[in-house]
Amino acid sequence: MSDPKTSSSANSLFTSLKFQRRAGIVIRWIIAVILIIFAVFPVLWIISAAFNPSSSLATQHLIPENASLANFRTLFNSDVFPFPLWMWNSIKVTSISTILALFVTTIAAFAFSRFRFSGRQNLMKIMLLFQVFPSLLSIVAIFYLINQVGDVIPFFGLDTHAGLILVYLGGAMSINIWLLKGFFDTIPRDIDESAMVDGATHWQIFTRLLFPLMRPMLVVVAILSFIGTFGDFILARILLRSTESYTLMVGLQIYTAGMFSQKWGVFAAGALLGALPIMIVYLVLQDQIIGGLTQGAVKG
Amino acid sequence: MNVTGSAKSTTPVAYILRLLSLLIIDGFLVWFGYRQALLGNYTLVVLLAIVGMFISAVFLFNRAYPLRWMAPGLALMIMFSVYPNFLTIYVGFTNYGDGHLLTKEQSIIQIEKARYLPEGGSAYTWTAFKSDAGEYALWLLDETGIGYLAFEGQPITQVQPGEMGVGELDSKGIPQSITGYQRLNALLAVADPNLGEIKFGADENIVQIQSPSRAAAYEQKYVYDPEQDAMIDQETGKIYFQVDGTFRTVDGKVIIPGYQAYIGIQNFKDFIVSPALRGPLVRIIVWNFIFPLLSVFLQFSLGLGIALLYNDPKFPGKRLVRSLLLIPYTIPSLITILIWRGMLNPEVGVINRMLSSLFGANPAWFADPWLAKFALIVVNLWLGYPYYMLVCSGALQSIPSEIYGAAKVDGTNIWQSFRFITLPLLLVSVGPLLLASYIYNFNNFNLIYLFLQGGPPISGAATRAGHTDIMISYVYNLAFEGGRGQNFGLAAAVTLLIFLVVIGISLIQFRYTRMWEEVSENV
Repeated sequence: MSDPKTSSSANSLFTSLKFQRRAGIVIRWIIAVILIIFAVFPVLWIISAAFNPSSSLATQHLIPENASLANFRTLFNSDVFPFPLWMWNSIKVTSISTILALFVTTIAAFAFSRFRFSGRQNLMKIMLLFQVFPSLLSIVAIFYLINQVGDVIPFFGLDTHAGLILVYLGGAMSINIWLLKGFFDTIPRDIDESAMVDGATHWQIFTRLLFPLMRPMLVVVAILSFIGTFGDFILARILLRSTESYTLMVGLQIYTAGMFSQKWGVFAAGALLGALPIMIVYLVLQDQIIGGLTQGAVKG
Repeated sequence: MNVTGSAKSTTPVAYILRLLSLLIIDGFLVWFGYRQALLGNYTLVVLLAIVGMFISAVFLFNRAYPLRWMAPGLALMIMFSVYPNFLTIYVGFTNYGDGHLLTKEQSIIQIEKARYLPEGGSAYTWTAFKSDAGEYALWLLDETGIGYLAFEGQPITQVQPGEMGVGELDSKGIPQSITGYQRLNALLAVADPNLGEIKFGADENIVQIQSPSRAAAYEQKYVYDPEQDAMIDQETGKIYFQVDGTFRTVDGKVIIPGYQAYIGIQNFKDFIVSPALRGPLVRIIVWNFIFPLLSVFLQFSLGLGIALLYNDPKFPGKRLVRSLLLIPYTIPSLITILIWRGMLNPEVGVINRMLSSLFGANPAWFADPWLAKFALIVVNLWLGYPYYMLVCSGALQSIPSEIYGAAKVDGTNIWQSFRFITLPLLLVSVGPLLLASYIYNFNNFNLIYLFLQGGPPISGAATRAGHTDIMISYVYNLAFEGGRGQNFGLAAAVTLLIFLVVIGISLIQFRYTRMWEEVSENV
């Protein structure tokens, strides 16, 4: 048996609040480290693979020996896999559809927020209903539709970026109109009423008054929809047919299909270049993006 | 602002401009619709008519002034988001797919291009010429002694000596020379293995050698008879009636290609009746319900756990931990899924190299159905927990701390206060997101397709199907991975099953969250 005196002092030590707090923090840090390893390991691994000169999966170590830019050089000089072209296609298609979608939906959201007309509520509800079925579910029909459109106007047909942009636009309408209408509602109507008294038209109120006020929120919506469209795979995969027209996501998937382990390093370099811009945007604008997310959108 | 939102008095110039732009838009739609009607794409014509009427009404009536602001958005939404849903329903009841890709109009044009070699048709005597490059030319003489020159793939033309390099004719009316070609004597010509196979001429007028002395013109094989809605074979006189998008005779002969046609519930019958289709589909449906359930449960649990542990403002380095744990969320999911596929590669991936050096284990992630499913769930946990980490830490902060104080007075322990206070309050705000996330994962095509393309394959399946396939990836296989032919109709029919499930869950969501009532209040 141990000395009762020391034992009781040990007891009081263990139960002391300060110790409990410290132990709690230490234990939570240990858990945090384990979780962080789980979260970050794949990313570290891909960075290491990108700089590892031997492009094979089997010979890779976490800290590459003789780190070099060989993979990036291969990436930019390959004739079979035109990586820079894919990147350009992605940026082009995503930018055009984001800007057009934002333009069209902002105007519509303004009208939903500011005008009162019969059928307004029902229209909003119907839009919400169709949001339940994302474009992903209609891939067969979308393929069929774009195929038919292309029979008459080849510019918007299969394997064209214009056709893909149309499909992205159609899918972006409902959710963006809802989101932006909510933002318009937060701007008090007194502002536009006083402008109305001064003889301003609806269009002037929209462009001169409300649009500048909305700009910060529009930036968040633009970034969210840019990220969503940039990451789209399936619509681009079924509509685009030739290597030159692929977007980055389709290109990377095609690149990795077959003989994956041999092309690992070059894929890693491409993945890193594709992921980095978006990762930086996310981490820098964390708080704004989280604000937009909790509106109920799930990452697509 | 004025409450009705009607337009202010418009100037005549503005009115004329409006009419002009409407004229241009409607003119375009009419032209486009007309061209589509010629091709037989009637569903699209109906859509264009609806869109055209909508736009015209909005432009013409001043009462519709607010809709003018929405017209471009609504038109885009109707055409490329709403319409495809209805089109999916339509395609689900058709045989659209390999062999039935064309509309009826297009297929009739195609079929009427077919030619046959009649026994007693217009006949020629022939003489063959051959170039050094191995190309053939044919000199044809009809019954009246007029000479024609024929090449493969070019229209047959009537030629006088001196034209197109044709030299003087001999006593039989055959040119003695053609520039660049050597005349073949009859014996050589008959022995030539290629000559009999070549179709000389182009388009409607094609001539082929039938016998050493005779070449004959092809004639149209099938003629469409609109009255009987049937194809008539000119060679045999047989009548091919149209049945479910195929022209077929009574004794079962068919003409290829067929065309798209309404075939009723045949697609649904197919996967109920055929064991080779039904077996995999049942498995896929079961997994399709389990996969999102496990995924969402684990993602939510881990996210909530992290939020609970690190929501403490006094925890040192809170922001750093959150930023690092957020990283999986910041990378396009396609890229991270492919990274995980590389890491889990059984032969060379880093995970198996570590496992085998530590424990001597080498699990076959890609070949074993259960391990593949397990790996998918882990990858999806990695992809999805940051979302719940964000959402839950937001929701936790909105729970008032007095409630916990009151509970402590009543002597609840940590578990009880979590179980009876935190969780119920949290589920009020996070519950709808869980259902939305369930629907999202129910259709998580990217993960399933990019990780293993649905594999490992289910053996004995009639169409391409794998153990980790969910319905939407199965739909993709049916429609776009043409291993055994593309079947858009069946794919659309399976999509309709997905629609039903999604509608069911959404109804629960709307009810559960009273979203509908809220919407009515807010708009």
